[in-house]
Amino acid sequence: MKVLFFASLREQLETSVEHWPDLKNCQTVSDVKDLLVKRGEPWSSAISNPQIIIAVNHEVSSLDTTLSDSDELAFYPPVTGG
Amino acid sequence: MPDSPICSIRIQTEDFSLDECYQHLRTVSPNKTGAIATFTGLVREYGDKQGVDGLFLEHYPGMTESSLQKIVVQAAEKWRFDGVTIVHRVGMLKLNEQIVFVGVCSSHRSDAFSACEFIMDFLKTEAPFWKKEINHEGNVWVEAKQSDRERSHKWTSNAP
Repeated sequence: MKVLFFASLREQLETSVEHWPDLKNCQTVSDVKDLLVKRGEPWSSAISNPQIIIAVNHEVSSLDTTLSDSDELAFYPPVTGG
Repeated sequence: MPDSPICSIRIQTEDFSLDECYQHLRTVSPNKTGAIATFTGLVREYGDKQGVDGLFLEHYPGMTESSLQKIVVQAAEKWRFDGVTIVHRVGMLKLNEQIVFVGVCSSHRSDAFSACEFIMDFLKTEAPFWKKEINHEGNVWVEAKQSDRERSHKWTSNAP
């Protein structure tokens, strides 16, 4: 699975992408979020921010979305284009 | 069922020519088009802070294009138009540079105006782009605006 981070989140975490060889026992988006939060700061505050949007395979998704090995997961702050 | 509009979506670092975008829309359906509505967004000197020197724009490649495509499909469910062009720049932009272009060609002006405004409003609240203001006092990521969310919301709360 590929996990992406954008904009202010990318800067806070000093990471734009992680390649996971498997799902690390995560079944849903919520499981991935919990795993990242457990890494401690800056992950805990950044990922648990309620404003953060999560997309799976380019679709904004809910926490109960189930995942597979080939999925692309993205965490990003509210958008500000235009 | 009307034909789907012909859609051109470009995300690019280089500037765009307003005339080229407009002339393209004239060729989409030359015998049917009676109106072309366009919007252009520029970098201005004040945003969340005063004294902005420029903007850095980031996007999510792949999702940005599919998100814009979905917004066009939603617009085509509400209004009749023959074509739409969306150009959005990314990377470093200076004051007064062009950021975004949305143009819609239609048989009638009301459809062209409404679809253009709808697409622009949803681009601002749904499409994964992020702006960072470049300022001599420091660079700051732009905060999402409640007023932008309200503009998008009005399209779903008041059917045209």
